[in-house]
Amino acid sequence: MPKSPKPRRKGEDLGFRAGTGFFAALVVLLVAGIAFVLWRESRLSIAKFGFNFWRTTIWDPVAGEFGALPFIWGTLYSSFLALLISTPVALGIAIFLSELSPRFLRTPLAFLTELLAAIPSIVYGLWGVFVLVPLVRKLEVLTPAWARTLPLFSGPPLGVGMLSAALILAVMIIPFTSSVAREVLKAVPATQREAAYALGATRWEAIQVALRYGRTGVIGAVILGLGRAIGETMAVTMVIGNSPQITTSLFAPQYTMAAVIANEFTEAADDLYLSALIEIGLVLFAITLLINAASRFLIWSVNRDVKAPAPKRATLPVGEAA
Amino acid sequence: MNRNARRKHLSNAVVGLCGASVALALVPLFFVFFYVVKQGFSSLSWDFFTKMPKPVGEAGGGMANAIVGTLILIGLASLVAIPVGLISGIYLSEYPKSKLATAVRFTADVLNGIPSIVIGIFAYALVVLPVKHFSALAGGVALGFMMIPIITRTTEELLNLVPPTLREGALALGATRSRAAFTVMLPAALPGIMTGILVSLARISGETAPLLFTSFSNRFWSTTLSQPIASLTVQIYTYAISPYEDWHRQAWAGALVLVSVVFLFSVLARVVTKRLERMHRT
Repeated sequence: MPKSPKPRRKGEDLGFRAGTGFFAALVVLLVAGIAFVLWRESRLSIAKFGFNFWRTTIWDPVAGEFGALPFIWGTLYSSFLALLISTPVALGIAIFLSELSPRFLRTPLAFLTELLAAIPSIVYGLWGVFVLVPLVRKLEVLTPAWARTLPLFSGPPLGVGMLSAALILAVMIIPFTSSVAREVLKAVPATQREAAYALGATRWEAIQVALRYGRTGVIGAVILGLGRAIGETMAVTMVIGNSPQITTSLFAPQYTMAAVIANEFTEAADDLYLSALIEIGLVLFAITLLINAASRFLIWSVNRDVKAPAPKRATLPVGEAA
Repeated sequence: MNRNARRKHLSNAVVGLCGASVALALVPLFFVFFYVVKQGFSSLSWDFFTKMPKPVGEAGGGMANAIVGTLILIGLASLVAIPVGLISGIYLSEYPKSKLATAVRFTADVLNGIPSIVIGIFAYALVVLPVKHFSALAGGVALGFMMIPIITRTTEELLNLVPPTLREGALALGATRSRAAFTVMLPAALPGIMTGILVSLARISGETAPLLFTSFSNRFWSTTLSQPIASLTVQIYTYAISPYEDWHRQAWAGALVLVSVVFLFSVLARVVTKRLERMHRT
């Protein structure tokens, strides 16, 4: 009688699990490695400036003075404006595609909106420099004089500046927010809407019910877009004007964290300068890490909630009607 | 009655606004597409693919070195990312419930969201700093790191599309776990995984930020991995922010080439995924 193949198979299976697991663990190790290396390379700047790095506004590489507040401001302000523009549009798209669109339009429209995410950042930047910025300049020139006295619209109409950056960012993050929000709405059980309709709700009221049911996931989708906006580099660098100043003016050229790294990294001649730039990168990493983790958690919690009560539906005779 | 009419109007208005936001999002898409095709097409010529960049002030020339540079960079990135991405994807689909799988899925998503410029700094510190000069290798490593999460998740998703009965059948016939994974499951999902890899290649070939201080740029012909190398995207960037009319023209041509490649692969991936889904549903 042949010997049972079992022990050998078991060994091989274990080897397979360990072997593939090793490669899988590399992915985790990579993220940990990024965190460690960024911290190691920015120690010089952290030790020298401490928390003042994030509180002061003077960025003078020649004098060896580095304050990153204007970059933080630029990143937060541009991302905030981009979210303000993109969120209603992205949610509108998600609602239209998941609740309203005729079936034959759904796939092609979803594909087209997702193509927005496939356009490389550098192409958005090129388009921004030669098409959007002149357009924005014209718009700024047309701004009436009384409006120009408001702090929001002060400054010369240059075209390059916060407004162009916010617009281009908004376009770039719309596909991310809308596709995740669509997934979330898809995961909302049909019974929620059916119940609303049965109570005499209009379409919009039924949509509100669905939105409320999936609100944590929708918030997750918006936050995901925020993460994208904060880390976006090339397109913003090319249109924001790269001038470190803290102002609420939409017309003023400003600067972001990602843009200063992109522009000055190869010029950083001394160790302290380089270390300061890497510290900005470290914070960029930390912010996007937190934002992504938060957004994943929110989206995941909706899917979990939906999955739990799902089997119940089959036992309800009313559900059959749908 | 009056209140109901108002509710109805409000509902219709919101429905209209939702439709309008789809239209609004498509405006920039067509706008970008239109300009890239218009400006790029008139500037694109055979020279663009075969000639070297001319010195400043001289018209003409092309981006032959940058095109080859980009190909070398994505080749290097594939060498880094495909083995890691593919095998960790297999792990995720074979042991989906393990603690490591949950951690890998989470970190892959996180890695996907890390700004590309930060990945660039990491590759700089890892590859450029020790030898004190920019290199094609550093650029390839940076792009490879960006590809890993995409390939990992695509591989997992496509392996999950393959009916589990196939694996069970193989195991029942006495195959080992690895044999079932590599000779039964993987081949069944391979066309989809290949397109997934192609899409990730198309995506990273459009990346600029992580190359700025890793592979840097090079005005000359170079295929040496330890030296700075030109790439299509960095070249487009340099040309776009330059004051020269002729360079702007070439930047548009480069953008057209990039966009065409990315779109082509996106469409291809969609077709293949659809077909695979249909195939495995029955």
